[in-house]
Amino acid sequence: MKPIIELIKELADKHGRNRHSLLPILQGVVEQERYLSEYSMIEIARELDIPATEVYGTATFYTFLDYKKMGRNIIRVCKTITCSMKGEKQIMLAIEDMLKIKIGETTQDGLFSLLQTNCLGLCHKAPAMLINNEVYTDLTPEKIREILTMYMNRKDEGENNVN
Amino acid sequence: MSTNYQLKRADFIFKNENDWEEVLSKSISRPPQELINELISSELKGRGGAGFPTGLKWKVSSEVKSDVKYVICNADEGEPGTFKDREILSMVPFKVLTAIAICGYVIGAKEGFIYLRGEYNFLRPELLKAINEFEYYCKEIKLDFSIKIFMGSGAYICGEETALFESMEGKRGEPRNKPPYPTLSGYMGKPTVINNVETLAHTYTIFKYGSKRFYDLGVQYSRGSKLFSVSGDTPKPGIYELELGMSLSDFVEEFGDDDTKAVQVGGASGFLVPRKRFSETNIGFQGKLVGISLPTGGSMMLFNSSRSMYNVLDNYLNFFAEESCGQCTPCRVGCQQLLKGIKAVKRGEKNAQYLDKMLKLAETMQVTAKCGLGQSVGNSFSSIVENFREEMIY
Repeated sequence: MKPIIELIKELADKHGRNRHSLLPILQGVVEQERYLSEYSMIEIARELDIPATEVYGTATFYTFLDYKKMGRNIIRVCKTITCSMKGEKQIMLAIEDMLKIKIGETTQDGLFSLLQTNCLGLCHKAPAMLINNEVYTDLTPEKIREILTMYMNRKDEGENNVN
Repeated sequence: MSTNYQLKRADFIFKNENDWEEVLSKSISRPPQELINELISSELKGRGGAGFPTGLKWKVSSEVKSDVKYVICNADEGEPGTFKDREILSMVPFKVLTAIAICGYVIGAKEGFIYLRGEYNFLRPELLKAINEFEYYCKEIKLDFSIKIFMGSGAYICGEETALFESMEGKRGEPRNKPPYPTLSGYMGKPTVINNVETLAHTYTIFKYGSKRFYDLGVQYSRGSKLFSVSGDTPKPGIYELELGMSLSDFVEEFGDDDTKAVQVGGASGFLVPRKRFSETNIGFQGKLVGISLPTGGSMMLFNSSRSMYNVLDNYLNFFAEESCGQCTPCRVGCQQLLKGIKAVKRGEKNAQYLDKMLKLAETMQVTAKCGLGQSVGNSFSSIVENFREEMIY
């Protein structure tokens, strides 16, 4: 992982130093860091020469731009109507049971954060969830255990720092 | 069960056609006016849900004088129960790219964008590859046009066109006042044509086969075919291309599980139709003389008799309360009050007449909210409360 300040400079070089590059830059930082610290928002503001409050105002509007420290793997379980009809609660319970965390929390080893999200556009394969950018559909509690085990094993192989 | 239902399937969008290069080069050798006329006579209307005539949109933008114009493909597909645009972009990306470039040629834009919702980030690598190949061909035929992907970050409201521009400009996704409309002043204040993914895919069909082929499908005021995202209590969830104008009872006959109690047409911002109204409800744009016509972005969610409509409404209202941008009071406060209100009635803390007060609030929101989100909360709220009142109370 790059130092944040270097990453921000690099992103600004790539997308341009103007207001309409703000979202891609924020997304780039979240991609690596999983969240936006106050420090990185201030640095982005400095780099783009706009007020830090504007960066904060924009960042906090978007659900996928977290501004609280997150785990390496962010689980977002869809809770909108079809998924909720097809067993989203059982999925949540299976995850909570396995990781011993509740909605909005992060595991102690910093490997997982658990969140709910609105419609993922996968209603015909409900229930569905995202882990980072990966999509998982037709979920069952058994499948959850398999998927999460897979992510836990990646840790041993040192792959959890890449997407 | 009657056996003479008529659900007309169509197969244009996902048809595997490897001729985008030909469609592109042929189209840009025709005068822009001719292409616009083709679109106008096809009577294609926006497939995102609002149903604005596409040809008219292109025409207005083409007539505005400006050095810089933009074409934007709206792939911020966030309406609950809609998932067709994801499928189009992963199955037939070149049709969409071709349509974006043709639109650029018609209105005089050199830059196009695809605003892709954050939830669809996994589509990006393949889409980028397609764009590279596409731009390479554009250079070959000396068409000065580029396409970029702009990622969203999980905000339903950014599907609203002016909120989408705000988001692209690095701001909070808060809708603007209209007018001015995007055709005059859109992204960066420049004339912008913004079309839904599916709309663009249909223009490909129209430019390839001519407007008549498209116009011959569907019914008066609702021409052509449309993708439907079918989910909920159905034995065959998925994406289906059907001619517009079908009656809801035919639809339920095909997709229901013999126990369908209600269908939500158009997602959480659409209408809930109870079983007794299936036969008089048609799927298409307003203007039919008989029965009710419901426009839709293609979300069809079926509920059978095991579902509580209270839970359904509760889920929708939670969705809206979270996704409201909070800019205007009717929507920000209204969504929360409706949600609190149905809970209070359910628990017996408010009497049943409180539902009537909330119906009035929903009506006020329809009139006073700034954008389509706040204005359409009342659609599902009123149609559920009016048709399933007893389920709200007991």
